[in-house]
Amino acid sequence: MINREELHRIRESHKPELEAKLLANGTAEMRDGRLVLAGDYYKKQTRVALKNSGLIDPKNIDDYIAFDGYRALEQVLSEKTQKDVIDLMTEANLRGRGGAGFPTGRKWNEAYGIQANQKYFLCNADEGDPGAYMDRNILENDPHAVIEGMAIGAYAVGASQGYIYVRAEYPVAVKMLRIAIEQAREYGLLGKNILGSGFDFDLDLRLGSGAFVCGEGTALMESIQGNRGMPRMKPPRTSHKGLWQKPTILNNVETLACVPIIFQKGAEWFRSIGTEKSPGTKVFALVGKVENAGLVEVPMGMPLNEIVNDIGGGVTNGKALKAVQTGGPSGGCIPLDLMDTPVDFESLAKIGSIVGSGGMVVMDEDTCMVDISRFFLEFTVDESCGKCTPCRLGTRRMMELLDKITEGKGTLDDLDDLEQLAKDIQKSSLCALGQTAPNPVLSTLKYFRSEYEDHILNHKCSAGVCRNLTAYEIQEDTCKSCGICKKNCPVNAITGDKKAEIPFVIDQEACIKCGVCYQDCPFDAITK
Amino acid sequence: MEFTFDLEKNKEKILEFKEFILEHRKMPGALIPVLQEAQVKFGYLPQEIMEMIASGLAVPASKVFGVATYYSQFTFIPKGKHNISICLGTACYVKGAQDILEEFENILGIKGGETTPNLQFSITDCRCVGDCSKAPVVVVDEDVYAKVKKSDVKDIIAKYSQEVECVD
Repeated sequence: MINREELHRIRESHKPELEAKLLANGTAEMRDGRLVLAGDYYKKQTRVALKNSGLIDPKNIDDYIAFDGYRALEQVLSEKTQKDVIDLMTEANLRGRGGAGFPTGRKWNEAYGIQANQKYFLCNADEGDPGAYMDRNILENDPHAVIEGMAIGAYAVGASQGYIYVRAEYPVAVKMLRIAIEQAREYGLLGKNILGSGFDFDLDLRLGSGAFVCGEGTALMESIQGNRGMPRMKPPRTSHKGLWQKPTILNNVETLACVPIIFQKGAEWFRSIGTEKSPGTKVFALVGKVENAGLVEVPMGMPLNEIVNDIGGGVTNGKALKAVQTGGPSGGCIPLDLMDTPVDFESLAKIGSIVGSGGMVVMDEDTCMVDISRFFLEFTVDESCGKCTPCRLGTRRMMELLDKITEGKGTLDDLDDLEQLAKDIQKSSLCALGQTAPNPVLSTLKYFRSEYEDHILNHKCSAGVCRNLTAYEIQEDTCKSCGICKKNCPVNAITGDKKAEIPFVIDQEACIKCGVCYQDCPFDAITK
Repeated sequence: MEFTFDLEKNKEKILEFKEFILEHRKMPGALIPVLQEAQVKFGYLPQEIMEMIASGLAVPASKVFGVATYYSQFTFIPKGKHNISICLGTACYVKGAQDILEEFENILGIKGGETTPNLQFSITDCRCVGDCSKAPVVVVDEDVYAKVKKSDVKDIIAKYSQEVECVD
């Protein structure tokens, strides 16, 4: 157990040591009097939630303390009332980074205002979006920031017990959290009478078991209670009746990682970053056909093309950008002509997409938008918990329609049915999984309708993705008769002979459209 | 396939596991952590163990089964020491993957999705592994076998059988 003075001592003695080490080995550089990661990739970023990632050793609590760790908790416990904490959060207007963007201060205030013999404070670390991994990064590199954020929130609402619900698929994150919780307990930063303030708060880990819907608040709580993780009806809100029917606050990993620094630097500082309605930064997982794929943290409101081109370095292989998909299976596809849209909660909602948990998938001309919406729908069909009919059956029917279209059997009526079903499912599903599942379909129908029509009317998939609608052909004038395609074709569908001067051709009947010849041709002589 | 859980052979593990259940009896929402521990310990969830959990935690067996079947990480069939995945993607299929699957099934005496009684091999028929140019592809644990012929199957199995004997 340490007290406030000892916390200061660790900070003062360890910080110069750590800074010197990071500067000496080239990991970091000084910027505006603060240590940041070195390299051009980080220059355009503003790291708030990721401020310690890559700089500190997540297994060493002293490293975290050195960079002002647990300073906010210490000040909150010694100087602020519960109401003060909530007021400051409300003023900072930190909005939930897990997807919904609900104001954190307002959420905390709900639970604070309710009398109960027990309240809970939970962290949602069940990051299941395909193509998003910012929470994993924070948990693996800076677990104490999440723990400190939880402790501050728990103090504000009056919770004495917390749980972190983390995916079992993230074994390193689980390990780092275990170590961090143990160390925090040893130092007396978790447990009874934290830093002598009389405030008690302890934490446990709960591992998810592979159900995407458990990222939804009520489903997550059902799962912690040992049940099938199926969503419950709301209201009552979980801040009134959550885990075991007690007032419960659930915040996402990235949201919680922002909490300590807001208390260190103040609400005004936080609001100076980002936009008026969406202050602060957001971490995005910039992936897909982009040159520098990786995590980027930028102020809210940065235009999409700045993220993709200036930070991400544009599309790979000199291909043309077609769309950017944000928000994973709950989000939408943003077309090229809307690339100057600022990325914040309101602006993306206006164009039919969402910020979501922060997945950002770059797509080029080789991506078929019909296939992409089918891909996301297949995911939601698999992951629907089955409790409500619109989601269980409706998404399946939508996928069948998309199957028809990608196989070249669709009709224009199918498009109308698809649109109608999508709207009905949005309106009538029980939880956000079903309510948002049609988004990828609706946004592609809106911006790429001609591609759907091309599939239906002309039996053509211009991206060459839908197998039934693609034909590979060898262009005689560019073909050098090297024979690589013939050698690699798994079904011997290619004939031709260089010596006998027989031109190379693909037997369309035998071709299974695996695309191996197209990829392997050194002279780009094969078209689709 | 029927698979009997060997209570005698797992006696020690079962005793340890019963202890684990006892320790977690009072823990709120213990069911999932207990199921997770069972799967780590036994490699899968045998019916006997799920019944043990039901009585140990005083919850209906139907609830234990209901929860276990909901989450995709729980499995009810034991996996063998070596997992043989046969790609049945289009390219592999056309090049005779079905024959190769059947050859594995004949030699090992089990069907796809099953495990040999001695727990050495499991067969999984999987969707495309993305190695179409090497079709047909068989993946054993982490080793990839390209352009597999029916006559190769015996040798592949023998290779892992030998390793098993050495380890044992």
